[in-house]
Amino acid sequence: MSREVWVFIEHNNEKVLDVSKELLSEGRRLADTLKSELCGIILGDDNKKFYKEVFGFKTDKIYSIEHKELKDFRALPYTTNIVNASKKFNPYIILFGATLTGRELAPRVASKLRCGLTADCTELKIGDYTQPGPQPKVYKDLLLQIRPAFGGNIIATIVNPEMHPQMATVRPGVMKMNEIVKFEGKVINVEPVIEEKDLVLTIVEKIKQEKKVNLTGASIIVAGGMGVGSKENFKLIEELAKVLGGEVGASRAAVDAGWIHKDHQVGQTGVTVRPKLYIACGISGSVQHLAGMIESKQIVAINKDPEADIMKVAHYKIVGDLTKVIPMMIKAYKEKV
Amino acid sequence: MYKIVVLVKQVPDTHNITANAMKEDGTVNRAALPTIFNPEDLNALEAALEIKDKFGAEVTAITMGPPAAADVLRECLYRGADKVILLTDRAFAGADTLATSYVISEAIKKLGKVDIVFAGRQAIDGDTAQVGPQTAEKLDIPQIGYMLELKSLKKDVIEVKRAIENGVEVVKCKLPVLITVTEQTNTPRFPSAKKVAVYKKAMTKSEINKIDPNQSYIDPSKYSEEYLRNKGLLIEEWGLNDLKLDPSMCGFAGSPTKVYKIDSVVLEAKETKNYEPTFEGVSTLIHELIQQHIIG
Repeated sequence: MSREVWVFIEHNNEKVLDVSKELLSEGRRLADTLKSELCGIILGDDNKKFYKEVFGFKTDKIYSIEHKELKDFRALPYTTNIVNASKKFNPYIILFGATLTGRELAPRVASKLRCGLTADCTELKIGDYTQPGPQPKVYKDLLLQIRPAFGGNIIATIVNPEMHPQMATVRPGVMKMNEIVKFEGKVINVEPVIEEKDLVLTIVEKIKQEKKVNLTGASIIVAGGMGVGSKENFKLIEELAKVLGGEVGASRAAVDAGWIHKDHQVGQTGVTVRPKLYIACGISGSVQHLAGMIESKQIVAINKDPEADIMKVAHYKIVGDLTKVIPMMIKAYKEKV
Repeated sequence: MYKIVVLVKQVPDTHNITANAMKEDGTVNRAALPTIFNPEDLNALEAALEIKDKFGAEVTAITMGPPAAADVLRECLYRGADKVILLTDRAFAGADTLATSYVISEAIKKLGKVDIVFAGRQAIDGDTAQVGPQTAEKLDIPQIGYMLELKSLKKDVIEVKRAIENGVEVVKCKLPVLITVTEQTNTPRFPSAKKVAVYKKAMTKSEINKIDPNQSYIDPSKYSEEYLRNKGLLIEEWGLNDLKLDPSMCGFAGSPTKVYKIDSVVLEAKETKNYEPTFEGVSTLIHELIQQHIIG
């Protein structure tokens, strides 16, 4: 049986999205553990332009499905073609980015293939699983799909013992991207399947809106939580971010309070970040928030509560009132630089 | 008149959950947790009710859950749903998204012709966003994710503005279709006081059976299935047999994903440097960050 690790290559017709490159990097590691092959599956109307980049992650094979009806993502024709390819080549694992596209596509594919799917994994491993019961059954080399659950209060490890492929989605920014190397694998062209019933949805208009906030790419993030206290005080967070040349982040609580737009939310349901510096102001540090920023190189926590969980993961801490501390930081920084 | 189905879910309030709320098999002991109406399902209900107000529609709300999930169905009635159905059976317990979408899709099939199915994008207990698309697949109908705005609805063609990666797009689709709705789509209405007065008496068969007819203040004639049905106050309950389902595809048995283990989150203690909240303390910190080329 094939033990191929597949990654769904998401693109915007110009370039491959970072999340797919992150998954290829992670997929390479999984495929090596399984002593198997890493494969990318690309759907589009002109896939050749993506080959070099996809191979750059030491991808052994590209399954390319080309048709003009596959130019832009639509759930139905994309599902049909991925399901078709999966039935033909029997991958062991398929990974999708947990983007809007991936979160619409992967469940539909899993449902059609009648296999399991775990959303928003934060860690993937290969390991054995013993199914409990009167006659315990051991499954070797399964994909261990690890994700926070129930608001991030627990970490669950999920497996799909019987129904393969094993499928998982991973959010952008969660897996580390490898350096691109010179590498050439094989391209396998798969005949597209275009059915009339899959084309009932048409795209009338597409409006590109680049996100104004680029948290994943920021090297400095100043983030505020419930402890900031008010929309007025939140301006301090914005000011410090501006002075340091960073982006503004926020906890879910601050977003829910209406102090800042959801695009700034860091955490399991927001964006995962790994900046050089993360300054957490008035953030208590729920596991859900920590899941989104714990990999930051340096963490500064400013909080009134010395017992707050954020203090346990911080490299630098100041116990105090942020409305006093932040203006002092701004002043001190301006004096030093 | 359009026939619309709304998928709703009663969820644990995930702000206060510990590993104590988990059972040994790794599934959640929902009985041990306070519950709420899943927030984005209220937006889904609102989307349906707006179509009802504007174009005329019959809105049916469906939920799958334990008998206590009847609470969210009453909430739907308070806001204007015409009909509500509770999918409940011991055989449905421990379901992952695949097994859940199987039961829900079979219930929708039993309702006959349906034009639009609305679902909240995701539930706050799992955040998977899978049940909507999987239900659409099982019904073999198209799906539109992340609706932002209903542009038009003419006969059997709907035009919707929706969120996509790095932008928005307008799509046109022939009905029937399943649409997922987010908190950005609309602002859910409040319950109507008039409807609350009527529907707070709505009950499921399981709830009727729990009432002790020997209590002196109870008029047993008012707590029969027949009485409530005639009054339009019976919340229908459908189980495995009502839907003629394959038990091997429901609940724990029908779920390809298994929980291998559950870990409580343990925070690692790190070496932390402490600074005083004074100008001197803050200055020292800034100086150190600059020295280490972290800022500056």
